[in-house]
Amino acid sequence: MIEVIEISRNFGRFQAVSNVSFQVQKSEVLGFLGPNGAGKSTTMKMLTGYLQPSSGDALICGHSVTKQSLKARAKIGYLPESAPSYGEMQVEEFLRFAGKVRGLTGEKLNSQIEKVLEDTSLQTVRKQLIETLSKGYRQRTCLAQSLLHDPLVLLLDEPTDGLDPNQKYEVRKLISQLKEDRTILVSTHILEEVEAICTRAIILSEGKIVGDGTPEELLSKSVYHNAINLKISVKPNQNVQQILLGIPSVERVEIQSSNYQTLSFVVLAKQGQPILEEVKERLDQQNVKIVEMYVEKGRLDEVFRQMTIVEAA
Amino acid sequence: MNGLVPIFERELYAYFRSPVAYVFIIVFLMASTSCTFFLGGFYESQQASLEIFFLFHPWLYLFLIPAVGMRLWAEEHRSGTAELLLTFPIHPFTAVLGKFLAGWIFIGLALLLTFPMIITVNYLGQPDPGPIFTGYLGSFLMAGAYLAISICTSALTKNQVISFILSVVICLILVLLGWGVLTDSLNQLFPVWIADLISQFSFTTHFDAIRRGVIDFRDVIYFCSIIGIMLVLNVRILTTRESR
Repeated sequence: MIEVIEISRNFGRFQAVSNVSFQVQKSEVLGFLGPNGAGKSTTMKMLTGYLQPSSGDALICGHSVTKQSLKARAKIGYLPESAPSYGEMQVEEFLRFAGKVRGLTGEKLNSQIEKVLEDTSLQTVRKQLIETLSKGYRQRTCLAQSLLHDPLVLLLDEPTDGLDPNQKYEVRKLISQLKEDRTILVSTHILEEVEAICTRAIILSEGKIVGDGTPEELLSKSVYHNAINLKISVKPNQNVQQILLGIPSVERVEIQSSNYQTLSFVVLAKQGQPILEEVKERLDQQNVKIVEMYVEKGRLDEVFRQMTIVEAA
Repeated sequence: MNGLVPIFERELYAYFRSPVAYVFIIVFLMASTSCTFFLGGFYESQQASLEIFFLFHPWLYLFLIPAVGMRLWAEEHRSGTAELLLTFPIHPFTAVLGKFLAGWIFIGLALLLTFPMIITVNYLGQPDPGPIFTGYLGSFLMAGAYLAISICTSALTKNQVISFILSVVICLILVLLGWGVLTDSLNQLFPVWIADLISQFSFTTHFDAIRRGVIDFRDVIYFCSIIGIMLVLNVRILTTRESR
């Protein structure tokens, strides 16, 4: 559905995107991650035809974005980064305009407008001027615009930026519903979003892909993968840290917090191997009183830092 | 030309939703009539024609039309909507043409609202309708040329003030090239044919003939080609702006 082939983009001497290739299949939600300036938005802009690639190409449903730009664009719904819209228009009027420009007419146009107003929960503000709306509503108005023509490919540049937690939840729910028969590319720097909605993620750094995999695969690269969060009751003459470090598969123990009654640790596993059983066994042997214990999948922010900072150094 | 009509409509509504439209129309009507009566000495001339009325149009347009055209792209670039508009499945020329036509029709509307001048001159005497008609036609064509330049400079920047100043300067040059005082001194500096050639590039030269009731196709073609060239240049600016 989306096929990006060695795409590059220079701004003067600065190479914003260099030789990026990837594919996104139908029903996939690909998260585009990376620090600011990593080339996420530039890549998206090239896919929409707003920016011309310096080299390389991309296919949207088989149409080249450089050679068959209009055909490719007709398949795309695009939410630009700042969610722009015409402030002097009413929400419904703006959607009508966008629909007409995309060639929708008559009954089809009306029913699509109703549908996207409902999907993005904008019915209550349909007659309001966009410039009088809050950021969250404006964001959703622009999102609604991108859904009007039932696009097969959705490119969403930071779709939840500026939304409150409830609105974020709604938008994520919407994206999950939409993915059924579509291909979705979402750029974000909110890592929890990747775990919430993406089936796969690509990490970009300085215009290059530095990581590509399902959220689980990326999490397994974390040093916290399979780490154990542990809270115990403090007993005199018992050094739990020493006990834990005595386990062969334990890499490191971090003390999180302590007070008179309890102590919290994070127990990191060597190479992310499962250590729950072993730790549990050893603690029981030593009569340590466990208050709380759970296994971490890993920390995406740590993987993100590891991948993007190592690259930068 | 998918999308031309909605873009045209949106743009035209946008004028009337901001004070720009009303300020423009009022200033244009007041300025054009007061120039005719006070500066041009309409009564004193004892002529039942609108020649004096049209005489001031190149000068009025010089400031008023860049004010109409300056927002057309600059505003889109500033608010980021250009990214939306230019990623719709339409050719950029459609967007340029839609915007241009909206501005042109808007100016045409303002021009139509000067109809009391026609009533006045008919009340005062028996004017020849031919020059009045060609005067309006020429003025409208010339307005299109001014607007095409303004929309083009508007595409260069996201700052409306810069767009305004640039287009005033370009239009001023095009007006001055045919201005009597300048052509006289050009005649002294250069051989006549060079001076003539230079003045052929001017709005004033081409408008003067139409204003007097003579429709020469070369004048019409001149204004149409300025419009055409500027619109094509506008598309160029938009596409290279994106690939800067």
